[in-house]
This record gives sequence, structure tokens and C-alpha cells, in this order.
Amino acid sequence: MATEAIGVRVPARSAGHDLRAVKIVLHREMLRFVNDRTRMLSMLVQPVLWLFVMGTGLGSLVRGSIPGVDYRTFMYPGMISMTVIMTAMFSAGSIVWDREFGFLREMLVAPVSRGAIVIGKCLGGAVVAVGQGIIIVAMAGLVGVPYAPGLIVTLLLEMFLAAFTITAFGVTLAARMKNMQTFFGLMQMAIMPMMFLSGAMFPLANLPSWLHLLTVVNPMTYAVDPMREAVFAHLDVPSAAASMLNPGVRWFDFQVPVGLELGLVAGLGFVLLLVAVMEFRKAE
Amino acid sequence: MTADAAVSVRGLQKAYGKVEAVKGVDFEVRPGEVFGFLGPNGAGKTTTINMLCTLVNPTGGSATVAGHDVVKERDEVRRNIGLVFQDPTLDGYLSAEQNLRFHAELYGVPKNVVADRIRKVMEMVALWDRKDAKVMTFSGGMKRRLEIARGLLHSPRVLFLDEPTVGLDPQTRSAIWGYINQLRLMEDITIFMTTHYMDEAEYCDRIAIIDHGRIVVIDSPEALKASVGEDRVQIQTADDSAAIEALRERFGLEAAVREGAVTFAVASGEEFVPRLFAELGMPIKSVSVSRPSLDDVFMSYTGSTIRDAEAGADTMTWMRAMARR
Repeated sequence: MATEAIGVRVPARSAGHDLRAVKIVLHREMLRFVNDRTRMLSMLVQPVLWLFVMGTGLGSLVRGSIPGVDYRTFMYPGMISMTVIMTAMFSAGSIVWDREFGFLREMLVAPVSRGAIVIGKCLGGAVVAVGQGIIIVAMAGLVGVPYAPGLIVTLLLEMFLAAFTITAFGVTLAARMKNMQTFFGLMQMAIMPMMFLSGAMFPLANLPSWLHLLTVVNPMTYAVDPMREAVFAHLDVPSAAASMLNPGVRWFDFQVPVGLELGLVAGLGFVLLLVAVMEFRKAE
Repeated sequence: MTADAAVSVRGLQKAYGKVEAVKGVDFEVRPGEVFGFLGPNGAGKTTTINMLCTLVNPTGGSATVAGHDVVKERDEVRRNIGLVFQDPTLDGYLSAEQNLRFHAELYGVPKNVVADRIRKVMEMVALWDRKDAKVMTFSGGMKRRLEIARGLLHSPRVLFLDEPTVGLDPQTRSAIWGYINQLRLMEDITIFMTTHYMDEAEYCDRIAIIDHGRIVVIDSPEALKASVGEDRVQIQTADDSAAIEALRERFGLEAAVREGAVTFAVASGEEFVPRLFAELGMPIKSVSVSRPSLDDVFMSYTGSTIRDAEAGADTMTWMRAMARR
């Protein structure tokens, strides 16, 4: 091995370099996900159980009150968001895992901005969650949702946005966590109420005012509602049932438009991203 | 402060609350040398290395690495250093090559040389044939070798090795030293390492002995041993007390029985042995001359052996752990 040393001079930091860092962090998330079959499977089993077991069971109970609509059809967008949320949180949790096993250090000592690492991580969570979501989208026909290209594209984009924001939220939590148990404990504590109050499982119409308030404050609501709007726009549902199952979100007398809802989710994602970057800067 | 020093440190301090881990150290590492930080666990070695690697901010003093200030020019420093930590920082779920590729991208290694460079460093640590294996299937020694390869991937000017051989079997330890020696021949690189193994400190060009957060002495291993001065001579005779008496009368040397032999210290012991046989006036059964070891050096500068110092540090850690309960 008497060959000349291949001298490498690492160039000064540039936008191009940060972009490479974002790409490789994202690439790693995807490799990790593809390699972890168990995780993929377990993330799928849960929504399928909800949709087909809970959905069928509860569906037979409420059939009388929602004429012409399968309860599972109602639940379907909720289950998409649930899958996306769980997957995104797991992706964020891998930061804690990385810390426990030392790999986080390898990332944090690199001459790249903390922002590049956090953005890579959040994009990774979003891409992986969309991948998981695609499988749920593929089941649309089983619950009477049409395979309309426009619907599929809309759902995928909304999933991406929701997953990005949730991953950013998870990363802000994970930034200070030292072990996985604590993180998952906290994650359960945060996710369960957000899920229950988001309209993923029951319609947000005719709720008692305290519950209505909680659902309006819950950011997850604004991620779930656009998906339901999109699905219902492609269904032929009696208007009475539609207004009950898909009431949208109301601030007092103001019907919040989908665009604003998505804007809220995106804005929140951006703020959480900044918080996460700041936490990593501090954590050093 | 020399402008072209690879590492230059002035009055560097680090305190964690009231505990002063590093109490103001000064030293310089010359380009191209292998510089060792020798001291017991808890002496402040890792804290110092962490400050030089920009992982910990000093609470006082200053330091430059490859000409860049470790606080003000953090990214510049990071770009020019390679790091091998005590604990592994590899992703076990990725292959060896994927781990290196990740590193190359993070450090912005020019795209056209990434593949060549990865191959070169992996061949150096003899892991090229295992490039596609997941890192979690690697032994501790293989992981450490891969980490060294990764630390070199972006051609750093200074390679920091924090206890690179701790917890490894003797064979892997000597292999790692083989790479380090090969490295300094092949690449334009300075190596800064910490160790608490005396025999490894011998390989360094210069060593700094650090104890209780202070540098006690810095010099080459040979000079340090010479500074302790005298060689140790042990002889076996039929009558030890007569031999001690004769040594005092004829050579003016103070001897004592140590480890079952008459032991004394004398400058250049090998040259003294012929005179000893000629002039002692009594038969000698056997003789042994030993040079001072780094253990003796450590002992003479710190007043304790490195093992005793470590036992002390461990007790402290243990007591602190108990107190926390």
C-alpha cells in the first residue's frame, strides 16, 4: 500500500455542503426504515386493527345514526393520520436512540449546521411516514373510498405536511431525552390525547363546549380535517350525514378553510423546527 | 505561541460547578508528531480532548487546533480534525461502507474522491472485504478500526484518539499501533492521543503527564526516563548484608534488599557492571540492570503509581455515586 495519499481538503462550509448533509441524514432515515421490517409491520398492524376491527364493531353500533355511510369510511382519513403520526414520532425518537448508541455525536461534531441535521431528520420522518401512508391509501377501496388520482395526490401532500410537523415536534421532545423509555413514555402521553381530540375517531360536531374547545386548540385537528375534507369531497354522501360526519373546524362562527388549516400546520412545523435547531445548538 | 503548531494551548481550564476538571494547562503539539496525554482515569484527559475538539467550551484560557481557535472558529477546527472517541459512535444498522459514506457527506468530502478515499482508508485497517457487513456484526476491535478509518476519511490535519486501545485485546492493540505508525509515514498528520497504558505512551514522540487536572511534565519518553536518572541494578549474592556493606565502602552506594535481591540505583548501570565484578571482592550469582520505565517516571513526578492513582479516582467516583443516592 505504498500509493500516494489521496489528499482531501474539506472545503469551507457552503449551502451546497449543508444540502449534502440534509440529503445524507434523510438517506439514512430511509435506509434504516427499509431495513427494519418489524417496525414497518407493527406500524401497519395498529391502524388496520382500528379500521377493520374497531371500525367494523363500532360501525354496527352507529349504523342507524349515520344512514348511507360506512363508519369505516368516516374513520379512514383518521387512520391515515394516525399511521402518519405514529411513524413520524418513531422517526423522531430515533434521535434518542442515536444519542444512546453514540451516533448522534458523530453528527453533532461534523462541520455542518445543526439546521441541516434537524431538517434532514424531519424530512426523513416525513418521507418515511408518507411511505407508510401509501399502504393505507392503497386500502381505500376496501372502505368505499374511490381511487381518484386527485384525491391520492392531495392525501399524500397532506400526509407529508402533517408528518413533517409531527417529526419536528418529536425532535423538540427528543432533543433533551437521554433514553428511549422516557421518550416513549412522553410520546404516549402527548400522542394519545392529541389523537383522541383530533377528530380521527369521532366527528367533531355537536360536542359539549369544553370538548369542542380542546379539539380546536389541538393542532392535530388541523392535520386531520383537511384529509377528511379531501375524502368526503370524493364521496357521494347524503348531506345530513356529511354535515354530521364532516363538520369541519369552526372558530365561533367562522368556518376555518382548508387552506388556513394547512397553513397552520405548516407554520407550526416551521416554528417547531426552529425550536429543535435551537435546542441542539444549546445542547452542545 | 508558535504559529505553525498543530495544537497550541494556553492556560486552558474547565470547571464543572466547583469541580475543576482541568486547572489551566499549557502545551504545544508540533506538526507531524504523535503526542500522548498520559494520566490516570479522571485526570482531565478526556475533558481536555473534548475542549480541543470543540465539544466542550473551556471556562478559561485558549486553544488553537490547526491554527484555528476552538471557540471562535469551531467549524474550521472541526473540518480539520478527525475524532475517535472512547465509546463507539457508529450506526450498527448500517454497513461499514454506509457509515463511512455518511461521514464523507457530512464532512463535504469532494464527490469525485469519496469512493477512492473510502476504499483507501478501509484497506488500511483491513476491513475492505467486510465493507457490506452491518456494523453490529463487528467485534469491538473491528469497530475501533472502522472508527479510525472514518476519522481519517476527510484527511484531517490532526487526529484525536481518546484511549484508542482501551478494552481491546493485545493483538488488536498492536494492530492499531501499526496503523498509527503507518499513518504518520503516509499522511501529513499530527496525532493527539490519550492513554493510561504506560507501554503505549512509549510509542509517542512526546508525552505530557497529566494528574489532577494539571500537566506535570512534557517531554519525549526517553528524556523523561533519563530525567529519572539512574538505572536500577539488582544482584544476587551469598551474603546480602556483606554485599551491602561492600557497596557502601567501595563505591559509596546505598543499597537495600528489594524483591529478594540487593538493589541499588546507579547512572549508566551497564557500564558499572564490569567494575562491580572486578571490585566488589565477593562472588556475584546473578545481576540484572533495568532502565527506568515510564512507571518510574510517573512515580517520580506524581508521587504515586498510575494504578494507585486510578484506584484513588475510582474510589472517588464510587463515593460520588454513593453520595448521589
